[in-house]
This record gives sequence, structure tokens and C-alpha cells, in this order.
Amino acid sequence: MNPARALLGLVAVVLALVLQVSFFPHLAWHGVVPNLVLLVVVAAALSTNPQFALVLGFGAGVLLDLAPPADHVAGRWALAMVLVAWVASRVRQDTRPSTVAVLATVAVSSFVGTSVFALTGLILRDPVVPVPELLSVIALAVVWDLLLTPFVLPPTMKLFSRIGRPGREATV
Amino acid sequence: MPARFEREKRWRGLEDRPRASRSTLVALVLASATLMTLDQQTGDRSPVEPVRAVVGSAFGPVETATAAVVRPFSAVPTWLRTKGSLRADIRELEAENAGLREQVAAAGYDRNRLAEFEGLTRAAADLGRALVPARVVAYGSAQSFSNTVTIDAGSEAGLRPDMTVVNDDGLVGRVLRVTERSATVLLLVDAESVVGARIGESMEIGFLKGRGELGHPGSLDLELVDDQVIPAQGDSVVSWGSDGAGPYVPGVPIGTVTEVYASVREQSQRAVIEPYVDFSALDVVGVIVPIGTASDRALVRADGSIG
Repeated sequence: MNPARALLGLVAVVLALVLQVSFFPHLAWHGVVPNLVLLVVVAAALSTNPQFALVLGFGAGVLLDLAPPADHVAGRWALAMVLVAWVASRVRQDTRPSTVAVLATVAVSSFVGTSVFALTGLILRDPVVPVPELLSVIALAVVWDLLLTPFVLPPTMKLFSRIGRPGREATV
Repeated sequence: MPARFEREKRWRGLEDRPRASRSTLVALVLASATLMTLDQQTGDRSPVEPVRAVVGSAFGPVETATAAVVRPFSAVPTWLRTKGSLRADIRELEAENAGLREQVAAAGYDRNRLAEFEGLTRAAADLGRALVPARVVAYGSAQSFSNTVTIDAGSEAGLRPDMTVVNDDGLVGRVLRVTERSATVLLLVDAESVVGARIGESMEIGFLKGRGELGHPGSLDLELVDDQVIPAQGDSVVSWGSDGAGPYVPGVPIGTVTEVYASVREQSQRAVIEPYVDFSALDVVGVIVPIGTASDRALVRADGSIG
């Protein structure tokens, strides 16, 4: 793994996390904010190799689990983000990322991510939330993530592929 | 052509992808599952807790700084208001004023009980407590299905876990964990929050549970201990706690009763409470600490003085 790219991934995730908890709540829609960390993980999955995306997803998920004000069982976002990274890098194998493909990937990833997190909550009985409310939060989260995609994904993907290029040549 | 070369290389890279990434996937999924089990099974003495503290003390100041940068901009939407909407506000407030004046005129009847209630809160205020002022710097998102916020005061300001957090409208929640410069607060509306509560009018006690909804108005469920008592709509609810022992100090206003259900199966009355606090727009809060606590900032005393 290329250290410059790993550093970029860390910085992007930390920035996304801080914006997500400190800035976007002012614009929140029934408490739902865009999941910027998820968008960064999807960007990494679409523009780098799956190995890096999976590790970044795990790291980002652990940070989401531990950084204040999180208060759920640690590992829940980690699992969700690892699966998001896997799903997003699957999609890329079949299609080259066009605009429609990127939007579809974000929608699917957002749905998978929030759903997996909600499901682990139901299994662990972490907080018990009624299913209709789960579904409405998941739907709102997909809409938010799609709205933010044009602003977050293109620059992040460009950065990831530009910084990752020498590293990829070195490993091949 | 460099472009074609690049593409060829990428396609070649694809072939050995699935196997390598599958083993990573399995390893990371197992790692997440281990983390979850570890944190879930060990409860309060979880080995994850020290890591949380480290991440918390790293992120607390960053969140505080970001919130300070964002704060001036978050007020912008309130400037952009039409004359019509301001006029409507004035009309509404005038109507409310008239209603309140009417209530004051008819309040003689309630005065005795009110005096008793006031005595109660004054007793609570005189028990030697002070407020540590703090600001909310980060919100947990609804996607995490828990209602927690970060505030910019921590152990250096004299905060400890289980302290009561209030704002100018009423009870906000309690402190869950603290780092040096920040603390995580569990809001009343969280699905895991349970508060002892007392109906101000009848002095009946019950338990107040959050529903986990952050949006407006973010209501709470009150279950009364005595199933013979039926709370009335509009009754006010205050906290019922013990000094020193419990996380919540007694006598802090929480909200008003908006609906009442009789739960046949559980043989108890359930009331829906609309909190006074707007949980989606928290800013300045106060943490109740014992008077004389060493703090990195000025404390607000019960009589309003600062020192």
C-alpha cells in the first residue's frame, strides 16, 4: 500500500467525519445528515484497488464508531463500511465509472451501509428502533448521499487516482 | 499512447483482484465482528473504552474548532426573513401573550400548589450546585440511531460521567463519558435514556423514556408507577432524582403532557411528553456540578452570579 495514498485516505476520512458531526447537523433533515465518510469510502473503491478500499472502509468505520459523540457498540460502522467498500469495488469491475454508474453505486452503497448498520443494531439490540423508522432513515440517507455525490465524489476520486498512480505502478 | 497503456494495465490488474480482496474482506468482516462482540459482552469495562477516550481527546478539539468556524454561518438563514413572516410572528406572540395574561388572572386557584412546587425547586437550587457553561459542538446523526452530542467542556472543566445537563428551557440529558476537553452527552430523546420524572401538578412519579426521534418535536413516553393516576393534558413534568446518587438532579423542568394512553396489558398509564427543549437546535448548555468544583472556566452559581 502506498503511504501517500493511505495518508490522503486518512485525511479525507477525518475531514468528512468532522464535517458530518459538526457542520451538517445545521442542515439536518429529521436528524439525517449526508454520510460523507461513506462517500469517501465509495470514492476510494471506485478509483483505487479493492484491497485499499476495504482497509480504508474498515478504518473509517472504526473512527465513526469511536469518535465522539458516537455511543453504540464499536464495530457496527466498521462492518457496514467494509461491506460498502466491497460492494462499490464489485460494481467497478463490471462497469467503468460513468456518471450514472457512480450515482447508482452511491445509492446502492448508501442503502447497504445504513441497512447493515441498522441490522446489526437490531441483532445486538443496541438501541431498539421500530422498523418503519429505520426504513425512513435509510431512504432519507440515500437521498442526502445522492445530493452530495456531485460535490464530493469527482474531486475525491481524482485525488485518489492521481496520488495512487505511482504506487500502483510500483506494485504491478 | 499513454492512455491505452494505462487502461491495459488496469484491466490486467483486474484479473488477480477477487482472490486477494476476498481474503481481506473476510479478515476485516471478522475483525468487525470481534470488535462488536468484545464491546457488547464486556459492557462498561470494555477494552474499547480506553481507545474511545484516546479518539475522543483527539477529535474533541477538532470538533470544537470546526463548530466555532461554522457557528457564524449557521445563523445566516435566520436573517433572511420576510416582513410578512415577522408580522405573523408578532401576531402569534400577541395572541400568546393575551392567553398567558388570561391564565395569570385565573391562576389564584393554582397558587398554593405552585408555591409548594416553587419551594421544591428553590430547595434544589440551594443545595449548593453550580453550572459549567458549555456549547454543543457535534451531533450524532440519525443514521447511527442514537441521540448523543459532544460538548466543549471536559474533565478540565470539572465534568464527570453521569452529571446532569440542562439548558435555559429545561433538562437536556446526562454526561456519558468525558475526555480532557470534551464530553459526550446522552440526550433525553435517546431510545436508551430513562429518567425518573414527577408530574408537577399531582406530584406522582414515573419513568420517562426516549423514543429515539430527533426531529420535531422529539416526544418522550412517561410511564407512571401508580396506575390509578391519570395525568391531564398540559400538566408539567419535572425530573425526580436523588442528590449525589442518581445521574439526574431533582426539580429540573422537562416538558408538558400532550397525550395520555391507558395501557391495558401493562396495567399502567402512559403519557406522551413534549419536551421544552428543542433537541434539534441545541447550542449553549449547562452541566450541573457541585459548588466549588475546580474548573477551567467561570461557573454559574444558583443565584445567577458568575464566579
